[in-house]
Formats: sequence, structure tokens, C-alpha cells
Amino acid sequence: MGANDAIQIVLFFGTTLFLLFLGLTVGTTVDRLHRKRLLKRETEFANMLVTDLRTFPGGAETASHATLVMGQVVIGSDYLKTYLAKLRNIFGGEVRSFLSLMERARREALLRMMQEARDRGYDAVCNVRYETSNIGVAKRRRGMAMAEVFAYGTAYRSTELSP
Amino acid sequence: MIVVNTETIPGMKIVRVKGIVQGNTVRAKHVGRDLAAGFKNLVGGELKGYTELLTEARRQAIERMLAQAEQLGANAIVNVRFSTSAVTQGAAELYAYGTAVICEPTSVQPAEQV
Repeated sequence: MGANDAIQIVLFFGTTLFLLFLGLTVGTTVDRLHRKRLLKRETEFANMLVTDLRTFPGGAETASHATLVMGQVVIGSDYLKTYLAKLRNIFGGEVRSFLSLMERARREALLRMMQEARDRGYDAVCNVRYETSNIGVAKRRRGMAMAEVFAYGTAYRSTELSP
Repeated sequence: MIVVNTETIPGMKIVRVKGIVQGNTVRAKHVGRDLAAGFKNLVGGELKGYTELLTEARRQAIERMLAQAEQLGANAIVNVRFSTSAVTQGAAELYAYGTAVICEPTSVQPAEQV
């Protein structure tokens, strides 16, 4: 075994280790900061009435100016999470590393929908539905993972909320 | 045009159902966006290029649905639903559908125009 082989081995494992380390440090920080932002924004929207009921809670007479609002987000996984999921693929079972990814994507999409509703002057959203798309499906096969979540609902002005 | 995903419109009464209307679009992502996404996939975080792409595509599907409803002479679409399917690797179909109706205001508060 020559020095060349040694360099190749170091490069091979070194790259993987570096990417795992990157996932562990940057990836975890990105995750944590996003959660923090989500929590902050969720408290800002605490007084908004968001439901997934098919009709207007409190009856149609309490609602006015109904319109469709939407929120879309695509969040990528980091290298560490993808790696852990691959390991999990051998034994099966719950893939915990992707749980947080999906949860963050759903919350973000919902918040964007609520933001659109607020920007347009509405104070409530009903009949919220979630949808997932898969434009990154080719990527997923190559070992990249992303969560694509779309949330939509009917925004309206509620007389129940205003004093 | 009033667009909602509920079965009824507050302050409005549905007087005539015009039938189902739909709009779809098939979008593929391009290499430039893939590069940025590939890097983002190492450290995590939002893939803004894809978000924009999907938002734009969704808007187009809605516009096509609206055009169909207009052709039918409807003034509102109720019970709007979205659906997606993967046609092939890297291309996705975004589909919007709903029921085109003609509605009339029942009270003094009219619904907002989209």
C-alpha cells in the first residue's frame, strides 16, 4: 500500500466525515434557529382563528369576505439526517431524523398561509388542508431528501373575533 | 371571481352550479436550481428556488382554472382542491380543481373579489 492509496482512503472517509460533521454542526444549528423563529411567529399569530373545519366556525353569518390563501415551502434535509435515514433503512422502524424536518415544513407552510391572510386583512382561516408535492423526487433517489409542503385554506373576516 | 375551498361562501347564496373546472401545469426544475439545492442539502435549510418554482406553478394552475370558470360564465369557484403527481423524475404536475358556480349576495356584505 503506497502513499497514494493512503491519501485516497483519507480523502474518501475524510469527505464523508467532514460532511457528517457539517450536518451535525450547521444542520443542527439551522434546525434549532428555524424552530426558534417558528415559535416566535406562532405566538404572533396566536389570536388568529385557524381551523380545518369544512364550514365557518360560529356559522356563516359571523364570516365575510372569504377568499383562498396559500403557503408553500421546500426544506432540504442535511447530510447527517440523510445519512441516519439511510442507516435506518437497513433495520427499518421510525426515521426520527426526518420527523423534525416534516414538522418544521408543515409549521412553516401554515405560517406563510397565515401571513398571507393577515397581509390581506383577514383574521381567521378555516378548512385548512395540507398537500405535499415531489419535484425533488429525482434527488431523493440519489440520497437527498426534502420536505415540500403546501398549505391552503379559506381566509375570512370573523365578527366573533372583533370586539 | 371569488375563490374559496369551503363548500359555501359567507354572505352569498349559490344560485346555479356550472360544473367542475380545473387547471394544471407540469413543471420541471432546472440545473441551476439543482446546484444550489445540492449544497443546501448538505447543511439543511429552505430551498428557496424550489419554493418559488412551486409557488409560481401553483399560481399558473389556478389561473387556468379561473379562465375555465370565466368561460362557463361563473362568478365564483367553491370547494377548491389541490393535487400533485410526479410525472417523471424531476417533473411534477400541479393540479387545481373546484366547482364553478354563480352566486348572489344574500346580505349587505359582499365577498371580496380575487
